[in-house]
Parts: sequence; structure tokens; C-alpha cells
Amino acid sequence: MYEILTGPLLWIAFAVFFVGLTTRVVLYFMGLDWRLDRVAYKPHMNYGIKGAFRSVYRWLLPFGTYSWRAKPIFTIMFFAFHIGLVIVPLFLEGHAVMIRNGLGIDWPAIPQVLADVLAIAAFLAGLGIALRRLLLPEVRILTDIKDVMLLVLILTLLGSGIIATYHTANYSFWITLHVLCGVIVLLTAPFTKLSHIALFFCTRIQIGMDFGIKRGGMKSNFDW
Amino acid sequence: MPEGTICNKRPVATREDLDALLADSNGKKYYAEMEQLDVDAEKLWATIQKTMKSRTKTWLDICAHCGLCADSCFLYSVNGRDPKQVPSYKIQSTLGEIVKKKGNVTNEFMRMCMDTAWSKCTCCNRCGSFCPYGIDMGVMFGYLRGLLHSQGFVPWELKIGSGMHRLFRAQMDVTVEEFVDTCEWMVDEALEEWPCLEIPIDKEDADIVYMINAREAKHYPEDIVEAAILFHVAGENWTMPSEGWEMTSLSMFAGDWEACKMQVETVYGAMERLRPKRMVATECGHAYRATVIEGPYWVGRPDGQPPVECLHYVEWVAEALETGKLVIDPTKKIKEPVTLQDSCNYVRNAGLRDCGRIIMKHIAEDFREMAPNKEHNYCCGGGGGFNGIGRYRKQRNVALKMKREQILDTGAKFVIAPCHNCWDAIRDLEEEFEIGIRWSFLKPILIKMLVVPEHLLPQE
Repeated sequence: MYEILTGPLLWIAFAVFFVGLTTRVVLYFMGLDWRLDRVAYKPHMNYGIKGAFRSVYRWLLPFGTYSWRAKPIFTIMFFAFHIGLVIVPLFLEGHAVMIRNGLGIDWPAIPQVLADVLAIAAFLAGLGIALRRLLLPEVRILTDIKDVMLLVLILTLLGSGIIATYHTANYSFWITLHVLCGVIVLLTAPFTKLSHIALFFCTRIQIGMDFGIKRGGMKSNFDW
Repeated sequence: MPEGTICNKRPVATREDLDALLADSNGKKYYAEMEQLDVDAEKLWATIQKTMKSRTKTWLDICAHCGLCADSCFLYSVNGRDPKQVPSYKIQSTLGEIVKKKGNVTNEFMRMCMDTAWSKCTCCNRCGSFCPYGIDMGVMFGYLRGLLHSQGFVPWELKIGSGMHRLFRAQMDVTVEEFVDTCEWMVDEALEEWPCLEIPIDKEDADIVYMINAREAKHYPEDIVEAAILFHVAGENWTMPSEGWEMTSLSMFAGDWEACKMQVETVYGAMERLRPKRMVATECGHAYRATVIEGPYWVGRPDGQPPVECLHYVEWVAEALETGKLVIDPTKKIKEPVTLQDSCNYVRNAGLRDCGRIIMKHIAEDFREMAPNKEHNYCCGGGGGFNGIGRYRKQRNVALKMKREQILDTGAKFVIAPCHNCWDAIRDLEEEFEIGIRWSFLKPILIKMLVVPEHLLPQE
């Protein structure tokens, strides 16, 4: 099982992930329409780029926006969750080895302790986010089965990974589960809400251009 | 396909259509007919396929259901944090469902959508700035309003308002003659106090063309003369067009994009005919949004800009105060605590947050900011057409509570509201809650504070 998962299937999954997300990004930008969106993207590209950059940058910064500052606990959970989910998969020593062996390129890794801290923080934050989804009426009303399944998938991915690093008795079970979840994430990302991995940047760029070009960007910068 | 005599998919095309609507009392017959109105599912879906491209589609798809938009929405807050007032829920359960069902929705569902689109969202766009993805539910509700309008599901007053624009190129039945007459007699009445005052009509190549809200011509003509006095004192070379002076757009509130285009074409026509250097817009938020921000797109101007540079009144006042064209007598500055209402339409959605502060610096000794303010300010409670729809008066009155609290928190009893909609909402909130506040546009208070050059004063 582990061999299949880490063999061809993994590479297929990566291909689906990258090709799928790239396609979504390309289709997104091709589908923007200055008349329908009522934003003159092209004639004012300089204002657009400035607005887009500010819109992405401020939202990537913890507490960088009014909205983030208004919800400090959620913001901490959100960033702990996402930082762990971006940094650990890319730079964990165990993953870096696979990339080095698979692609034959030099790939950096972060110290194991840091990876552990980030992964555990992400896991706990994920639990907090799940709890929030369950407890707050304003979030519960929006929640559907797909949201729950997505959280279960990501928490399983993180949890199994954390357990596997400790090489317990059931190591092969946990590592297989971990890789399985990883493969599912890669395979489904372009077709589910996981597509926000790429589309987050697209929608933020679009709204940044909207405010940068049309809604006041020529007079003052929107204070996200 | 049952179509009512007054509630139907046809926009107002004749005076008779309009009179038939106006003859109804509070839309009683209109809404009764609406219950029988068929939904043209095929047309609805065709429209969606043609007009819903990646931006809106992705917004609907990608929403992470995180609920961060909840607290951004004043209607959620003032309605006891009702989860059904969460912006994401409101749009997903209306537009989202129509899309999911490919337009196959019932009459009852469409009426629910209408009630949601016009009584649970003022299109203030605040949620858009709270969403990590930048999903702007106000923009989507604008889109939904367009779909609903095309199927005849639009509040009675807005069908009338939109019809007015179609027939008179103004939200009220003011003809060219009536408008010019109004300007003339208003000036005549003011001449004693302001010798040589004039409202130059249709002057070509002036520095400024001044444009207004039809309510001023119809109900508050003193506003026009106040503007004239301020231009006069500032020594501006200005004019007003006899035709194309009306900047408002009830059709924007109604989602009647065709009427929006007709209206704004008249305004741009006046700009092109008179060739002013700049346009100055009266103290109205949605009028500015319609004419300056959205209008260029309705008529298909590829650069997204109106034909001439356009200034909101607060921009012109700030500029006139800073350059010394208007000088305030320091002894006449407002001494009591005073606060300022930032209009969503020209502050959040047009970047004019600093103008109000510049003006307050000149005219007020104790300016108190609302919290939150500038682009994060809350809607007055009556935007997006909410003020004018009888069917939702109860909901609108609840909506005023947020502004009531914001004003009370400043400790000020005087509110400056350079926006017709905000001004109305604040007037209504005083009527509803009696918190002992006063409110004003900028023009009347500026006139009281001005240093008037000797030569403009009446000769004794």
C-alpha cells in the first residue's frame, strides 16, 4: 500500500494538483470581464497592480487587516493552521528527502523541532477551527458536509503525520494513512474548496484591482 | 405566463404605465399581482450563463463558510445576531440556490429573494472588506437585484423610481422648464441678501458643471441656491445644465441596468455638450457612485472614467477650504461636539475618506470620530434603496439602531451627513428613537461660517 501510494500514484497526484490548479488560475483570469465586473483592468494596470499587491500583502500578514484585528483568536488559529500546512509539507526533513531522491534536486529542510512545533500548532488550531464551526451559530448555519469532511481530512493528515514522526508501534498504519490523506488532498485540491490554495490569490488580486482602479484607488489606498 | 397589469416583467415605458403604478396604494395591488407572477426559468438561466463569469462564480464557489462576514454586517448585529442575517448565508441561500437550480425556482422563492435582496442588504459592501477572499456580497446582491428586476420581482417604489428615470431622466417628474424656473425663482429670492448671485444655466466651457439630486429641484430648492452662494463666494466659474443635471439612480437600487444607462447617458451628454473642466456633484452618495464610479461601465466607456473629471461635494469643499477660496470665520466654527457620517458610496467605495477630515479641521472645534469610521464605517441604515421601500419600513427602522449607537457613543448631538440617504436615515432615526440629535448637510452650515468678501455683500 505504502509503495503504491508513494510511487506512481503520488506523482499522478502531484500532476493533478499542479496542472489542475494552474488550469483554474488561467481560467479564472481568462473569465474576468471588464464590462461584467465593471472594472477597467487594462487601461489602469498600474493602479490595478498596486491595489492587487496591497490586497494580497495585507491579508497575508497576521493582524494586517481590520478584519484580522477584529477577530484576534480566530486570526491566531487561522495563521497557525495555514503556516503549519504550508511550511511543514514543503520543508519537513522527511519530505525533503523524498523530493531530493525523487527529483534529484537539492531541497532545504527545517529543523525537526520547528517542524514538530508548527505541525502541532496547526493541528491544535485546526481543532479550534472545527470547534468554532460547531459552536458558533453564525458559522454553523453556513457549514455543510463538505466543510466537515475537509476539516476531517486535514486534521487526519496532520494528526497521522505527527504520530508517525514518533515511530510508534503502529508506524506503518499511521504513515500509510498520512500519505493516503496527502494524496487525497493533492488529487481533490483543484476540484474542491482546497482550490483556494491558488484561488485565494486570484480573488484577492481581483478585489484589490477593483478597489485600486475603480473604487477609490486613484484617490487613496484602501486601508484593508 | 401570468403577468400582472402593474407587476410584470416589462419596465415602465409610458406615462400610463407609471400612472397605473402610482394609482396603487402602498403597492397593495402590485404585491398581490406579484404572487401570481410566473418565473421565466429559461430566461433566468440564460441570463446567468451570459453574465455570471469567473468573478461571481468563484465567489459563490470558494466561500470557506468561515463566518468572518457575520460581524461585518450591521444588519446581522442589530437583528440579535440572527444567523440568517450572515451575509454569506443571505447570498448563498438566494443567488447560490438560483444558480444551483439553474433558474428553476418558484414564485415564492423569488419573493423571498426579493425580500432578502432589498431588506437584508443595503449593498454597503462592508462585508467585502472583511472576507479573506475579498468576496463582496454587496456586489453580488447588486447582481441578484438585476436578475430579480428582469423577472419583475422588484419592490413597488423602485419600479416607480426606475420608471421615472426612464420617462423623465430623473427620479422625479421634473421637466427642463420646471428645473430652469426653479433655479430662476430661487435666485430671485436670494438676490436681496446676495446681490449678483446667479445660477448660470448651460454655460459652455465653464470650470465647473454642478449636478444634483432631483429631490433638491423638487423638494429642497434651497439646497441649489446654497450651492450657488458657495460657488459665488468662492469665485468659481460654474454652470448647471438645463438637461442632464440629475445624478441619482433609483434604477441602480432597482437593478434596472438599462435605465441606469439611459440616465447616465443624459448626464454625460450634458458634460460633453458644455465641455466643463470638471464636474462637482452635490452631497449625495449613491448619485456619485452611479454617475462617477459605476456609470462609465453602464455606458461601456472602456477607461471606466466619466467624460470629465468628477468631484464629490466634499472634495470640492475640502479643496476650496485648503486653497482659501472659501474662508471660515474662526469665531463661527462649530463649538459643540460634532460627528461626521461617512457615506459608504463615496468613502468605502470611492476612496474619499480624507475630505471629510480636512473639512472638519476647518469648521469644527470638537470633532468626534464615529467608531468605526472611514472605509470601515457602518451604513447609515437606509442605503441601497432601503429608506424608500414601504414594505420594509419596520426592518429599516431596526437597521437604524447601529447608527444610533455609533452617534450616541461619540457624545455629539450634531451630525454632519453629506449624503441624502444618510441624511434621511439620520432624520428618521431621530424621529424613531428621539435621542436629541440634529443633523445637517454641509452647505447650510458652511454659509453661516463663511468670511464673505466685502464686494459680495449687499450695499447698505
